[in-house]
Amino acid sequence: MAAETADWLGVPLAIIGGTLRGSAPFLFVSLGECLTEKSGKINLGLEGTLLTGAMSAYAVSYLTGSPWLGVLAAGVAGLCLGAIHAWLSQRSGVSDVAVGIAMIVFGSGIAFFFGKAFIQPQAPQLPIFEFGAWSNYPPLQSALQVSPLLLIGIAIAPIMQWFFKSTRWGLYVRAVGDSPSAARAMGISVFWVRFLAITIGSFLSAIGGACLSLYYPGIWSENISSGQGLMAVALVIFARWQPMQCLWAALLFGGAQAIGPALQSVGVTSFRYLFNASPYIFTLIIMIITCSPKRTLAGSPGALGTNE
Amino acid sequence: MNVLSSWRSLSEKIIIPIAALILSLVVFGIFCALNGTNPFAVYSVIYQSAFGSAFSWQGTLVRAAPLMLTALCTALPARLGLVVIGNEGALVMGGIGAIAAGLAFSSLPPLVVQIAMAIAAIILGGIWIMGVGALKYYRGVNETISSLLMNYIAIAILNTLVEGPMRDPSSLNKPSTYPLLEVNWLQSIPGSRVHFGLIYGLIACVIAYFLIQRTTFGFGVRTAGGNIRAAKIAGLPVGKLTLAVCFLAGSCAGLAGMVEVAAIHHRANASLNTGYGYSGILVAFVARNNPLASVLVAILLGGLLASGSGLQRSLGLNDASVLVFQGIVFLVILFSESMYGKLDFFKDRQVPPKITPSTQPIA
Repeated sequence: MAAETADWLGVPLAIIGGTLRGSAPFLFVSLGECLTEKSGKINLGLEGTLLTGAMSAYAVSYLTGSPWLGVLAAGVAGLCLGAIHAWLSQRSGVSDVAVGIAMIVFGSGIAFFFGKAFIQPQAPQLPIFEFGAWSNYPPLQSALQVSPLLLIGIAIAPIMQWFFKSTRWGLYVRAVGDSPSAARAMGISVFWVRFLAITIGSFLSAIGGACLSLYYPGIWSENISSGQGLMAVALVIFARWQPMQCLWAALLFGGAQAIGPALQSVGVTSFRYLFNASPYIFTLIIMIITCSPKRTLAGSPGALGTNE
Repeated sequence: MNVLSSWRSLSEKIIIPIAALILSLVVFGIFCALNGTNPFAVYSVIYQSAFGSAFSWQGTLVRAAPLMLTALCTALPARLGLVVIGNEGALVMGGIGAIAAGLAFSSLPPLVVQIAMAIAAIILGGIWIMGVGALKYYRGVNETISSLLMNYIAIAILNTLVEGPMRDPSSLNKPSTYPLLEVNWLQSIPGSRVHFGLIYGLIACVIAYFLIQRTTFGFGVRTAGGNIRAAKIAGLPVGKLTLAVCFLAGSCAGLAGMVEVAAIHHRANASLNTGYGYSGILVAFVARNNPLASVLVAILLGGLLASGSGLQRSLGLNDASVLVFQGIVFLVILFSESMYGKLDFFKDRQVPPKITPSTQPIA
C-alpha cells in the first residue's frame, strides 16, 4: 500500500519540503543582516521589519489582487524602517543594539496595528513552481513546490558574495565596516555607506517577511514570524559574514524548523513545543561552540559592536 | 562642586527625558490623527484610564509592579555594561518555579507556601539569567542575542510543561497547570485591589539602588562596567561580579513571574508571557538604568498599558496602538540619548567664566 511507503518516506520528504519552504525567510533576513553587519552596524530590529514586511505584503496583495505588488510594498516598508534605524543608530551616543530592540517593538506595533483588518481575509498568493509535477507521488509533489522568491534569494547570495569581493562599492562597504576612520581618510562618507547598507538590508528582510505571508505559511497572523528576524543575527555569525554561507546556514535552519511539523504530521506530538523551539536551541548551541572570549571571530567586521 | 553651581547639568538629566516623553506623546498624537482619531481625545482617554480615578490608579499600580521587577533585569546588568533582554524568559521561568513550589507545598501554611514560591521563582529566574552571564564571561557569547534566544526557549519549556506533565486535565481550551489553592494567593494590600507584588517591586528597586550606588559590591560593578580591563587589573573578580549581577537581575524578573502567578493568574499558562518582560526593557532604558527612576517610569508605563482597553473601548483604536506608542517612546528616548551634552543651556557656567576653546572632554 502507498500509505506504508509514505510512513517512512513521508518524514524525510516533509523535512525536505519544509526546508525549501521555511528557509526562504531565513535566507532573505540573513542576507539583509549580512549586508548591514558588513558595514559595521548590527540591526537587531529585523524581527520588526520582517513582521511589517509580512503584513504590508499581505495587505497590498489582498487590496490590489497582485501578490508581486505586495512583495514590492513589503520592500518599501522595509526601506522606511531601515531608514529610521540607519539614521538613529548613527547618532552619537546611541547604541545600535538598543535601536534594534526599539525597532522590534515599533515594527511589530505597526504591523499589528495595521494588520488587524487583514487577519481574516485570504490574500492572493505568489505563484509556485511545481518541480515535482513529473512524479505521481503526492508527498514528493508537495515537497518540491518551490517559490520564485526562494530562487531569487538563492541568486542574490552569490551576487552579494561577488559584490563584496570584486566591486568598488563592495570594497567601500567592507572598508567602512572594518575601519571607519580609514574609510573616512579615503574620502568615503561613512554615514551614507552605512545608511544605504542598512536600508537595503532592511529591504531584503522585509522581502523575507513577504515570503512568510505570501508563500509559506501563506497567512497573516500576529505570531507568523517565530523569531526568524532575531535568529538572523546568529545566523550571520554562523555564516562568518559570507553571503554564500548564509545560504547554507539558511537551509540548515529551515531544516531545523521543519523537523517539528514533519514529526507532527506522522503523529509524534509530544514535546512539539520543544521541537518547534529547536532553531533557538540550535542557534544557542552554535554560538556557544563558535564564540570565544579571547578573540573576535574570524571574518567579523572590525567596527562591529564598537559604536565607532 | 556644590549643587547650585551644577544645577544646569542636573536639570539636563531631568528635563531631557521629560521632553522626550512629551515629544513621543506628540508623535503618537500625529500618528493617531493620521488614522482619523482626535489626538486630544486619545490623551484624555489615556489619562482617565491610567490616573483619572482611584480605581484606575489601582489598575495602573497592578501593572507597574511586575514592570519594576522586570526593569531591574535589564538595569542591573547594564551597570556592568551588559545589554540583557532576557526579562521575558526569566519571568516565565520564575512563574514555572512559583507554580511548581505552590502546588508541591500546598498543604503547608500559606505564608510558608508563599515564601517557597518566591524563593523558587528567584532561584529559577536567577539561574536563567546567570546562564546568560556565564556564557558571556566564559564563552564570549553576545549576551543580548543569547538572552533573546533564551526567551523563546523559556516559553517553549512553559508550553511543554503546561501541555504535558503539569497539565490540569480540566483546562480544555487553554492548557493550564492546576490552580493554586485560594489561601495561597498573593493577597491584596488592605483597602485596595493592588496586590503585595507592588511592595516587592518597590523594595527590590530600593535595594538595587543602594546595592549599586552605596556598596563596595556596587562600586566594583560600576568600575567593571566603566572599563573592564582596568577592573581586571585592579584585581576585581569580574567573573564573579558578572555572575552575581546576572543572578540578581534574573531573580528580580523571576519574582515578577511569581507575582503574576500568585496574584493575577493563580495558575501558569500561556498568558504568563504577555510582554511585561519587553516593557521592562523599555522602563530600564527610559530610567537610564537607575532603579529609583524606574519606579516612576514603571508607574507611567503601567498606566499606559492600563489604558489599552480604554482606547479600544471608547475610541475604537485597536490594542496594538499601545505597542506602537511604546515603540515611539523607545525611539524618541534613544534619540534623546544623543542630545546629552549637545545643548548649550545645560552646560554648567564656571565662575569666573573661563573660555575654553574645546568643550570636548579629553578621552
